[in-house]
Amino acid sequence: MKSFVFPEFQIVRDEEKCGQCRGCERQCAFGTHSYDLATDRLISDEYKCAGCQRCVIFCPKNAIEIRPTPSFYRPNASWSREKLEDLKKQAETGGVILAGCGNDKPFRIYWDHIVLNASQVTNPSIDPLREPMELRTFLGAKPDFMDIKMDDGEVEIETRVGPNLMVETPILFSAMSYGAISYNAFQSLATAACKSGTFFNTGEGGLPKEMRGEFGRCAIVQVASGRFGIDAEYLNCAAAVEIKVGQGAKPGIGGHLPGEKVSPAVAATRMIPTGADAISPAPHHDIYSIEDLSMLIYALKEATNYEKPISVKIAAVHNFAAIASGIVRAGADIIAIDGLRGGTGAAPKAIRDNVGIPIELAISSLDRRLRNEGIRNRASIIAAGGIRCSADVIKAIALGADAVYIGSAALIAMGCNLCQKCYTGKCNWGICTQDPRLEGRLNVDIASQRLSNLIHAWSHEVSEMLGGMGINALESLRGNRDHLRGVGLYEWELDVLGIKGAGE
Amino acid sequence: MAKAQFAQLQAEKVSRSVEMMDEVEIDATKLSTRELNDRLRDLMQAGAEKVVLRNVCGQRYIGTRLYSPEHRKMKIEIFGTPGNDLAAFLFGHEIIVHGNAQDGVGNTMDAGEIVVEGRAGDVLGFSMRGGKIFIRDNVGYRTALHMKEYEEKSPVLVVGGTSQDFLGEYMAGGIVILLGLGGKVHKGNFMGTGMHGGVIYLRGSIEASQVGSHVEISPVDDVDREILERYIGEFMERFPDLSLNKDQILKDEFVRLSPRSKRPYEKLYAY
Repeated sequence: MKSFVFPEFQIVRDEEKCGQCRGCERQCAFGTHSYDLATDRLISDEYKCAGCQRCVIFCPKNAIEIRPTPSFYRPNASWSREKLEDLKKQAETGGVILAGCGNDKPFRIYWDHIVLNASQVTNPSIDPLREPMELRTFLGAKPDFMDIKMDDGEVEIETRVGPNLMVETPILFSAMSYGAISYNAFQSLATAACKSGTFFNTGEGGLPKEMRGEFGRCAIVQVASGRFGIDAEYLNCAAAVEIKVGQGAKPGIGGHLPGEKVSPAVAATRMIPTGADAISPAPHHDIYSIEDLSMLIYALKEATNYEKPISVKIAAVHNFAAIASGIVRAGADIIAIDGLRGGTGAAPKAIRDNVGIPIELAISSLDRRLRNEGIRNRASIIAAGGIRCSADVIKAIALGADAVYIGSAALIAMGCNLCQKCYTGKCNWGICTQDPRLEGRLNVDIASQRLSNLIHAWSHEVSEMLGGMGINALESLRGNRDHLRGVGLYEWELDVLGIKGAGE
Repeated sequence: MAKAQFAQLQAEKVSRSVEMMDEVEIDATKLSTRELNDRLRDLMQAGAEKVVLRNVCGQRYIGTRLYSPEHRKMKIEIFGTPGNDLAAFLFGHEIIVHGNAQDGVGNTMDAGEIVVEGRAGDVLGFSMRGGKIFIRDNVGYRTALHMKEYEEKSPVLVVGGTSQDFLGEYMAGGIVILLGLGGKVHKGNFMGTGMHGGVIYLRGSIEASQVGSHVEISPVDDVDREILERYIGEFMERFPDLSLNKDQILKDEFVRLSPRSKRPYEKLYAY
């Protein structure tokens, strides 16, 4: 059937600069560029372009420019170009529209409407270059009371504290599975996490056996509805175990790794046959209630000899704070909440763009709910979905999170340009692909260095902002909304966030 | 440090007691789940090969906390009624229950064997990847959900009676056999919904309306009969008291449920 959708991008090649090296042709896995022998020129098929900018960045002559196409449908506020084109694609195929990365719709980004405080005159600000700054964070359940013993002036803590994860900086890598991302991308995250004193999350695709010895100590391993790659060794080699209930990019639905991406190595890690579809059902079919969830939490505590904190990850949705309260009572040591803008390798666009609530509002309502119920100490909160910079991190903590997960930000550090074609398996940046030729483009040493650099830079910025507020430990900022003010927000938004308007 | 020393002392103490006995007995009366599983773990680490649990009453996760890097194997005999998630994540151990079992038996089990001389509850063999489960009587809802297989690992579940609804939903591998002994009729609905691998054999017959749209019902062939003969034989070895006649059972009618497609969601997306 003839497609009535025209190309999204216009490819402009400066023929004077172009040296016919055919680099662009080799770089593009979508087959956009090809060499025409007759004219000795490179030609481009704009229909195939994903807008990932790989050819632009790797053209040695700087001869290519990829722009949004100037072609247009008659402007219509209701029928935007995206609405028209998605509809056409569905009329042509009868299928679900898939999308990669996170929600790209203009929902209000609260981070950009919240401003931080700084010390002036009184309570002097602190310079992190001269004075120690404590970003170290412990994730896990804290006891209600601490029994201490005083012996000859020596204080000894008698209460047994459950297992906690110690992170040097409150930034962890979010769940991205091997299978969705390439082996090299996965290993880069693992390497950077270990190097930076933080953790990476395996997602639900298992942890390759050969990585368990070296990287298990910085791994949070996931148990999702598909239960792929899970055995007692997988659970025990890790630092923590996370039960994935929901994901911000696609709350309420399952996942599906198509058989094409299940290479022999991915199959071995997921422990399923090569080429088989890996289907993650929407719910865990052994969890239909909080009691059932509690049963799985304790099954995992048993399976790991009560040595590891158990996290439960849910998507932030309308009534999630009540659910989260139940999750804490069910025995979870960590709650990870993933907001509306959380990323993914593939999600039905209808769900990605329309389901869930912004993470900023979610952090605040969850923290408040757990405080009001007197159970905030029983679980740490990791916030995910839409953290773009160090200021977002520090605002998340001031709203009540203990730490944040970064997913898209980590991928961007490795080279991702958010072209949203992750689900095609043809990622030209070698991140979201299982094609050995493409995967080889991602050098683990360089990619992990870029990730470590990012963590280092953000951590330093967090210290600077913290010092500016006259605070020398992140602990003192947690849930400290007095240091936040809202700009351009409605009353109800300020109420949910629990902050005052600027100037108040 | 003190904790490690204590654990070592405990292990030595247990180890001495293990040496004195061929098999170790634990009276589970008044033991909590955690206490019972602490003892089982200590015994495994001390090298016990067989443990008999008496007066078990609802303690959960028996067999779950028995991971060891050396892949130690233990045989656990249970008298009484173990609680939910019996043998969850089981890593190669052997468990016999002289009685009924509750929900979640063999959840995400990797290897080993479970024999239940009675009935079992819901979500039996959920996401099981390897090993064998033999249940003498009936099983509950959502049995063998998302059962998988991988290389040499292919789980087997043989049930003497029948199951409730949602048997083998999302099934991706392995073998499930329902024998319908004692004239049990298979009344479960929604069997094999979303099934994309593995096989289910039912002795007797079912209506087409009882299976999901992804399932094909077919008569058994010679290969199927060989599989049935092997596992019905193993079932009979576990339950000699039933005095079953294998040849007689094998002569009966069986139906086979298998996935219509290994890629049920292949054509779901636009492009």
